[in-house]
Amino acid sequence: MLDVDGLARLTEQKDKESIKIQRQITLPWSEAVRISVRNVTIRLGRTMITASGIVLGIAFLSSVWTSGVIQDGLQQAQLQQERELVAATASDQAESDSAESEATAGPSETEKQAQGSKRIWLVVMSLLVCGVGITNAMLMSVTERFREIGTMKCLGALDNFIVRLFLIEAIALGILGSVLGTILGHLAMLGIFAIRERSLSVAAKMDWSQMLTYLLLCVLIGAVLSLVSAIAPAVRAARMRPAAALQSEI
Amino acid sequence: MAKIECPECGEQIEMTGIVTVCPKCGADLREVMQAVEHERDERMKTIARDDSVTTHEFIVRTRDLKKIYVMGEIEVPALRDIDLDVRRGEYLSIMGPSGSGKSTLFNMIGGLDKPTAGRCFIEEVDMAQLDAFELAWLRCRKIGYIFQTFNLIPVMTALENVTLPMIFAGMGTDEMMDRGRELLTLVGLGDRLDHKPYELSGGQQQRVAVARALANSPAIVLADEPTGNLDLHTGKEIIDLLKELNQASGVTVISATHDLKMIDVSDRIVHIRDGKIERIEHRHEIELEVGGMGR
Repeated sequence: MLDVDGLARLTEQKDKESIKIQRQITLPWSEAVRISVRNVTIRLGRTMITASGIVLGIAFLSSVWTSGVIQDGLQQAQLQQERELVAATASDQAESDSAESEATAGPSETEKQAQGSKRIWLVVMSLLVCGVGITNAMLMSVTERFREIGTMKCLGALDNFIVRLFLIEAIALGILGSVLGTILGHLAMLGIFAIRERSLSVAAKMDWSQMLTYLLLCVLIGAVLSLVSAIAPAVRAARMRPAAALQSEI
Repeated sequence: MAKIECPECGEQIEMTGIVTVCPKCGADLREVMQAVEHERDERMKTIARDDSVTTHEFIVRTRDLKKIYVMGEIEVPALRDIDLDVRRGEYLSIMGPSGSGKSTLFNMIGGLDKPTAGRCFIEEVDMAQLDAFELAWLRCRKIGYIFQTFNLIPVMTALENVTLPMIFAGMGTDEMMDRGRELLTLVGLGDRLDHKPYELSGGQQQRVAVARALANSPAIVLADEPTGNLDLHTGKEIIDLLKELNQASGVTVISATHDLKMIDVSDRIVHIRDGKIERIEHRHEIELEVGGMGR
């Protein structure tokens, strides 16, 4: 029933005399990336849930910044309009008019300041929200796989292999989720303002270079946050004794 | 206590290491003492060497192995002074009711957990002396694990599961794939290479686990209740597979179990109760008993 010769050949003891304990154990980066990416793509449902934490947090941040940039753009456009209006009126009235416009510019400056601090408050809040969301998502995705980690360690994985696998996964998820979240938040805000202004000119009025910087910052923050929040659970899981990891039930 | 002879007057003096002159004639004894010590050292060395030769037939040895689990404020002893010698190429079953410490012993021998006290040697290497890298190497190359719950990586195919330990061992991709395919064919799953664990039956999953345990030609296969989650028939198949493996390649098989089907194939059966070895049965004894009953 069984190919005994084949079995003997495949499992032949090469060094019958004695085992010399060695230390060389490898996990090439290419393999690590392959395994991590598979882990992400194969549990698509689970990945989506984990990623949605990131997406939502980053979407919030992105929307706050987008609305800020749009409001700035609208304000700028309004100022421009007023200035053009002023330039269009008679030049001999310029002095009194400029004094008038300065007078109107005064309160708008303090208004701007109030708006600025409100925006900072929103950004901090959204950072907190996405920080908590991402940490929670990463913590869950690590703890539900304790058994798998224990098995890997039985097969000879070093602690740092486990950490490496999870960090690659976290970065991939982080970038994916933040790109999605950034776009989502940005588009949502654009849509809201376009509807409010009843025109698509909002997009033309805003400072695109500033917008892009903010969007890139969103992706960066999302990726870094998910990486950082994955480190602690991954290290903790990797350090577990295999016996303990294998027994854990989730 | 060794005695030395004074080179001057012939007086016999006990060697204590404190007296360095002959109490009778006052001659300096240090040279003689050094010679005696040197001779003793040499003798100890040869004894140690002989010892390593004679005990080398044992692939696993445990000495006074203790494990105490701390549950809150209560200390629960799981193993109490286990002394066990496992011969190379032996098929050993560790039997006992659940909670007797079988799995704990399995974890100690496999280097999956640390004993509270005592030592565990694999081929005369004390596991407590190994660092993380050496321990990982040992787990990867020298020990193959089989579990009750199979513990395959759920997202990987059968072939990937089998080749994972080979990746850690640094094997080349082509060689790895060939070997993985061969191993899976050997355990009868040549046509299930790309199936995920959930697409396989329990018996098939355990076969994948057996193939994975053999990935790097280990010296020891450790099985913790390998038939615990299988029905009678598939359980028997796995036991036969392990036995064939043991006979074909001389791999030492140590399995913790309470499956009575294991008795037929085991060379020795260690009965454990309350963390202590109750008795050890040899196969020929059991056969005699059975034969006697038949008559």
